Amino acid sequence: MTVRKNQANLTAEEKRRLVAAFVALKRDGRYDAFVTTHNSFIMGDTDTGERTGHRSPSFLPWHRRFLIEFEQALQSVDSSVALPYWDWTTDRSPRSSLWAPDFLGGTGRSLDGRVMDGPFAAATGNWQITVRVDNRTYLRRELGNGGRELPTRAEVDSVLAMSTYDMAPWNSASDGFRNHLEGWRGVNLHNRVHVWVGGQMATGVSPNDPVFWMHHAYIDRLWAQWQRLHPRSGYLPLRGTPNVVDLDEPMKPWNDVRPADLLDHRTYYTFDTD
Amino acid sequence: MSERPRSQDLTRRRALVAGAAVTATAGLGVQAVTAFAAGQPSSTGTSGHDHGGPESFDEVYLGRRIQGRPALGGHHHGFGYGVFIDGVELHVMRNADGSWISVVSHYEPVPSPLAVARAAVVQLQGAALVPFS
Repeated sequence: MTVRKNQANLTAEEKRRLVAAFVALKRDGRYDAFVTTHNSFIMGDTDTGERTGHRSPSFLPWHRRFLIEFEQALQSVDSSVALPYWDWTTDRSPRSSLWAPDFLGGTGRSLDGRVMDGPFAAATGNWQITVRVDNRTYLRRELGNGGRELPTRAEVDSVLAMSTYDMAPWNSASDGFRNHLEGWRGVNLHNRVHVWVGGQMATGVSPNDPVFWMHHAYIDRLWAQWQRLHPRSGYLPLRGTPNVVDLDEPMKPWNDVRPADLLDHRTYYTFDTD
Repeated sequence: MSERPRSQDLTRRRALVAGAAVTATAGLGVQAVTAFAAGQPSSTGTSGHDHGGPESFDEVYLGRRIQGRPALGGHHHGFGYGVFIDGVELHVMRNADGSWISVVSHYEPVPSPLAVARAAVVQLQGAALVPFS
């Protein structure tokens, strides 16, 4: 059974194996297919039209399925690895061990945002950015750019306290847990972390940065925590909602999985804290 | 969180370049507006695609030409509005609350297409956009 751990608690050997699996997927082209899929949903999901991966109730089950698929790809390279999660309420500094050269490498240099150390630095030759929106082929970051702050535990708790999963109009204007977690409204959790990292993480091709998966693994864990806090609240909407994935409707691009199939993460993995 | 503080370095550089851009825009002004008007499809006539939508713009910002205008057809999620940087279309989207994002700055809404184009120029640091398919 896959156990997803806090990235801060990984051993040196676990980090080494995880990085090696990332690089192997990158080399064989499978990694970039995930970036392409994410960007096509980012560009296609709209507030007034069809919306599946983002700005909609299925933001959470869609990313849960996307991460499961990615984690299975990693495990096809090395069956011992699992996706760790990044609790950015605790590890909230560019000096955190997450950004050390033995793991993800640090922030970008001021000249052009280029990441200069770690296994994903362009100079290693292992991490060329090929699915991109501009002509820069190197990984970029601007950690905490402009003095921004990551969300605090208190801000997370204020969102976890919202008892309704999602609300009409089921988009970026919604009240409720999903949209506050996604960040289009209120204190802003998920969106703000993308902006704090900067570089490709702030763009539609955000999975180009390996931290994407650890950020989303934590967002996914917050969904599980919310479920435990509100056992009588469930996924919404239930049925008949145009352009929106209802509880029992299949989700693109897989078409064989429904939000209902993804509500219990323990079917697929557990967290170190479960 | 509404304004975007930048590093001191970038602020200084931006101020310098912005100064140059203002000068360039002043000189270009009439010519740019004329070119833009000539580029408008005249056949749209009374179709009235501007339902109180955002204004067109055409300026030089930090050395990049940024343009915004109503766009017809295609895959425009900017609700019939296209934004261009040095002639290459930037994928933009309008949120339900009227704010805007682009594929270059996707998680941080700004108030207008002009603001989204300027934010993209800052993010690009001189890099050329890849046309989206």
